[in-house]
Amino acid sequence: MKSYLFAFLALVLTTGTLSAQSRYMTRTGTITFFSHTPIEDIEATNNQVSSILDAGSGDMVFAVLMKSFQFEKALMQEHFNEKYVESDKFPKAQFKGSLTNLDAIDFGKPGTYPAQVTGKLTIHGVTQDVETEGTIVVTEGGVQAQAKFPITLADYDISIPAVVRDNIAKVVDITVEMNYDAMNP
Amino acid sequence: MFRLAPLLLFCVALLLHLPVVAQDDLMDLLEDMEEETTDYTIATFKTVRLVNGHSIELPAPGVLQLIIAHRFGRVNGGAYEFFGLDQANMRLGFEYGLSNHLAVGVGRTNLRKTYDAFVKYKLLRQSTGKRVMPVTVAGLSTISANTLRWANPDRPNYFSSRLSFVHQLLIARKFSDRLSLQLMPTMVHRNLVATAREANDVFMVGAGGRFKVSGSVTINAEYYYPLPGQLAPGIFHPLSIGVDIETGGHVFQLIFSNSRSMTDDLYLTQTDGLWELGDIHFGFNLMRVFTASKKAHLK
Repeated sequence: MKSYLFAFLALVLTTGTLSAQSRYMTRTGTITFFSHTPIEDIEATNNQVSSILDAGSGDMVFAVLMKSFQFEKALMQEHFNEKYVESDKFPKAQFKGSLTNLDAIDFGKPGTYPAQVTGKLTIHGVTQDVETEGTIVVTEGGVQAQAKFPITLADYDISIPAVVRDNIAKVVDITVEMNYDAMNP
Repeated sequence: MFRLAPLLLFCVALLLHLPVVAQDDLMDLLEDMEEETTDYTIATFKTVRLVNGHSIELPAPGVLQLIIAHRFGRVNGGAYEFFGLDQANMRLGFEYGLSNHLAVGVGRTNLRKTYDAFVKYKLLRQSTGKRVMPVTVAGLSTISANTLRWANPDRPNYFSSRLSFVHQLLIARKFSDRLSLQLMPTMVHRNLVATAREANDVFMVGAGGRFKVSGSVTINAEYYYPLPGQLAPGIFHPLSIGVDIETGGHVFQLIFSNSRSMTDDLYLTQTDGLWELGDIHFGFNLMRVFTASKKAHLK
């Protein structure tokens, strides 16, 4: 009876310490995409990406409002939303994934750690598996995450009209920069 | 019974330790934390003109919009007139977006050697989400000056006699990706009219819309109904049909209309063709945008 109680108390006491400090989040993460062709370079930046990183499980989720991508030219932005990613039908892109080398990252100790991430990326209503390498920087009170990976537009059923086919790359580079804060439990 | 209680407690405590937070739950948590935003409707129409008249669209801030427009003679002129292409009217226009809500423009057409200028301002923007607004509403005010030499130079002539004004409220709703409709209550004021039978102030109501055929092609139509008894005999209701073809930075608008004019006051009050008689003018608007200021729209 006494041993039961002891075990129970020990378990209850440890739950708090395990889950409290393990989540990080941001609402102002940055995702940039870059398309390079001999004719022109197109870049768009979204500074309103929200994301949660669970350091306990290694899980990461991202939500990206497509209309928040800012282009250099207003017409590009309109075509991007209206014709290519169809933001009215598919307002958000999502990523659900996890760190596969969680053991190699010590969220309790400031430092720079290489990170491996796999997961499912949904853009334009199409979900594809994504695997990439990045960096996790642990600082006092926060975590930064960076990654860069290419995506092929055709994989996400994003079709580019013939007249601008030479202006838009078939494969665009996605850069992710997150500056997480510790989340209050 | 008494012995089961600690066992149950133990199980509950153990459950707290399980990694119950899967990615889906984390995503739900993320969505719960997001603040609701206002989603403004974009691309109600492909460009700043519906057919002859204005649409609720403004050039984006910092964007210079060039319009080169032609209207040819009547299609029923037959092969002798090359189906109207032997006669051409043209208008050259520039428009500029000052903000998300304000644009200005100027133009010149050879018909009556008319200069025109306008200011267009967005009063409401269609939106969903945090702020719901069913329609976009824009106001348009134009002024135009006919600069032909006076027909009768010997009598006293006033510059004010050359001026006409158009005031419109443009009310549009994008019903779906394909269908957008627009209503245009309109008032035209002409300082000088040819005969006493014609009204200086002409009240009209217009309706139009677009249907998107494919990502880059829409079919547009526009019609104006003037209240009876305001216009001269032989002046008819302007009805225009257009096809918008978008190619990157250009929009080509191919137009069939019973009006030969491209200036607002003229197509509204001087349309002298009848569709049923084949008095149809073919024409086009060539729309091209230039990004004059890259920073302006990012604000």
